[in-house]
Amino acid sequence: MARVIHYYAHPGHRFSHANRAMTRAAAKIEGITQVDLYAEYPRHNINIDREQTRLLDHEVIVFQFPLFWYSAPSLVKEWIDLVLEHGFAYGAGGDKLAGKVLMLAVTAAGPDDAYTPNGYQHHSLRTFLTPFEQTARLSKMRFAAPYVLYGALKSDPARHAEGFARLLHGLRDDHYDLDRAVAAEIVTHDTLPLTQKA
Amino acid sequence: MTDFLMLAFVFLIAGVVAVPIATRLGLGSVLGYLIAGIVISPVLAALGVDVISIQHFAELGVVMMLFLVGLELEPKMLWAMRAKLLGLGGLQVLLTTLAVMGAAMALGQPWTISLAIGLVMALSSTAIVLQTLNEKGLMKSDGGQSSFSVLLFQDIAVIPMLALIPLLAIPELMDTVATTAGHGAESAGDHGDSFSLVAGLSGWQTALVTIGAIAAVGLGGAFLTRPVFRFIAMARLRELFTATALMFVIGIALLMSLVGLSPALGTFLAGVVLANSEYRHELESDIDPFRGLLLGLFFITVGAGINFALLFENAGTIIGLTLGLIAIKAAILLVLARVFKLTGGDKWLFGLGLAQAGEFGFVLLSFVVANHVLPSAIADKLLLVVALSMMLTPALFILYERVILPRYDRQQDRETDEVEANGQVIIAGHGRFGGVINRMLLAAGHQTTVLDFGAAQLDMLRSYGVRAFYGDATRPDLLHAAGIAEAKLLVIAIDDKHQITELTRYITANYPDVHVIARAVDRLHVYELYAAGCRDIIRETFDSSVRAGRSAYEALGMHPFDAEHLARAYVDDDRAVLIELAPLYDPDIPHHENVPYRERTKALMAEREAQLMARGNAFRSRTDRGWSPPTPKDVTAESEAN
Repeated sequence: MARVIHYYAHPGHRFSHANRAMTRAAAKIEGITQVDLYAEYPRHNINIDREQTRLLDHEVIVFQFPLFWYSAPSLVKEWIDLVLEHGFAYGAGGDKLAGKVLMLAVTAAGPDDAYTPNGYQHHSLRTFLTPFEQTARLSKMRFAAPYVLYGALKSDPARHAEGFARLLHGLRDDHYDLDRAVAAEIVTHDTLPLTQKA
Repeated sequence: MTDFLMLAFVFLIAGVVAVPIATRLGLGSVLGYLIAGIVISPVLAALGVDVISIQHFAELGVVMMLFLVGLELEPKMLWAMRAKLLGLGGLQVLLTTLAVMGAAMALGQPWTISLAIGLVMALSSTAIVLQTLNEKGLMKSDGGQSSFSVLLFQDIAVIPMLALIPLLAIPELMDTVATTAGHGAESAGDHGDSFSLVAGLSGWQTALVTIGAIAAVGLGGAFLTRPVFRFIAMARLRELFTATALMFVIGIALLMSLVGLSPALGTFLAGVVLANSEYRHELESDIDPFRGLLLGLFFITVGAGINFALLFENAGTIIGLTLGLIAIKAAILLVLARVFKLTGGDKWLFGLGLAQAGEFGFVLLSFVVANHVLPSAIADKLLLVVALSMMLTPALFILYERVILPRYDRQQDRETDEVEANGQVIIAGHGRFGGVINRMLLAAGHQTTVLDFGAAQLDMLRSYGVRAFYGDATRPDLLHAAGIAEAKLLVIAIDDKHQITELTRYITANYPDVHVIARAVDRLHVYELYAAGCRDIIRETFDSSVRAGRSAYEALGMHPFDAEHLARAYVDDDRAVLIELAPLYDPDIPHHENVPYRERTKALMAEREAQLMARGNAFRSRTDRGWSPPTPKDVTAESEAN
């Protein structure tokens, strides 16, 4: 059993389809920690000590958010800026997160073919997520391939949400092949690197 | 029944007619009641009413007043007053007793009678003085605090006096009225109560019972009241709470009477014990109406109790004695004021305010007569002197207010505090509002200068190293002394709406470089402050109300982040209305006659009403713009365009 923490950040939760379906599915899973960042810090007053304790208490950190302008909603950036302190996550003595796994679960409005050299976004999704990848690396964490839903506004969220639940189950019960996950570009509901036991 | 209704109606109508007139004329309510009493005295005589027994009943008002005073006074503050209480109070009683005794002996009375008269006349009227001080808002001034200390000591001093007076008995008087002997002691401190817990006990037993009673009040107040009130509060019946509060006060008064202590003193102690209790304000608001009515009744009976026949027969003597008494008492008080470093207006407030004899004088006089210390012929005249001196007290207060105070230009002792280094920030008013601002500024390392009226609080602040000064922040000279000319910022956090506006106007006109943050009481006050030139106006309860509204959103299941944004939108909308209406408001025109203001208000209100009718869409148009995704149709159109 791995200790999994699931961070959710969506300032427009009210308008969301895909992300709401995902959180609804995730909420049913027992034995993992779930945090709605915008509910906990509606005034962006992040409690650094509380968040660092949470990180120390878990091995797998999952961040779920919609992509806004090729990045995370602002509270996630604020969280990273404040919580991943020098001496905690990086720098001298900053090895408190070493060996943990960071994983993103993002939804993108654009279709998958937009995130290609010839698509209108011109770059792959992973290129836009490079800052997160490097954040994990600097913090000595493994960066597992993000769980992605393209065309999030048009697609049916049910299968994506169900896949997210299977993913979290797999992480919790050690049925998720982390080596394959780290090697993959992205994962989707039908390409989850679950081991046989699952 | 009819008799009772008649009596109640006479008293009520007298008070209802006389007091507003007296207050209107600036004479104060006490004088109004006294005059009402004089006017109805023939009616009462015709009805055959026993004014004195009503007065004994009405003294419960004094008891309640002391209870309320106690509630305002935490044990810590009482302890801080101990020097004043014993020094000032003790010296006042001692010196006045001796001086009056000397005067009586000079008039040919034997020393025993003279000493008795001295003791009776040393006391002042708690009822009149506290009522007047409260009414004029002088209770917190140094003069008011000193007066209160003396009155409290006098209440304590009555106990040894009651013990001392029987020792002065004159054998001849004792023989002539031997039949009535024995009733004296009982008709004393408890005004004719026929029970006593200490009758027939030896000295040490009496002392033990007395200490036990005080301990019972203290411990009962500290440990018993809270569970009782909590239990009563569960019933959720307001009148039951009132009944309980009355039960406590009357019970304590009864207990004190039974052991021969002053009931007022007992309830005062109970009040002090309860000063930190969460039920304090509830108790205050429950007891206060009774206090007011009974005290009014008490003053009426003082007025009605004047024996005019006797007064006219001996007009010269009695008026002479009254003025002499006031002169002696005032002289001693003024000397003490000097010794205890009261200056300016405070000195005169203290000196003139306490110069009368008091309601305890009535009690002691009947006690001394019953104990054969004083022939009743003298006592009757002295009763008139006591009553007359009480009647003159409001006049002395008027003298203080109209003649003496203007000379000192409202200067109080503490205002001579030399305001040393000038702070960059001046905070006017250190109550719940200003206090928070001061702490925030200090926490950020700023230097503040605090101006406030509450002397005790200022001492506390000063002990923490805050530069706090006693004084009326609306006075230009004090502001100047506090360094307004060099200040960057003035925070106006005083309570009074009009004073806030006046101060704002004065500062914006005379010190345009000083940034003013003004506390607004309500919406119209915001406009008034805007008109007065202030552009940093904070409504005192607005932010907390918005937070409460936001909590309500969350309690009803709204996501906290949405609740936060909807609350912000409400604030923005409210602010937009304020900004639009503020320039239209004209403080010189009543707002309902100000046509542009009225029309624009109507239009804005109509807009908001329409939004409310649309249910749930009042401010959402603004919040919805954030983070709402494009519709699938938009997305399709977009990808086709790419």
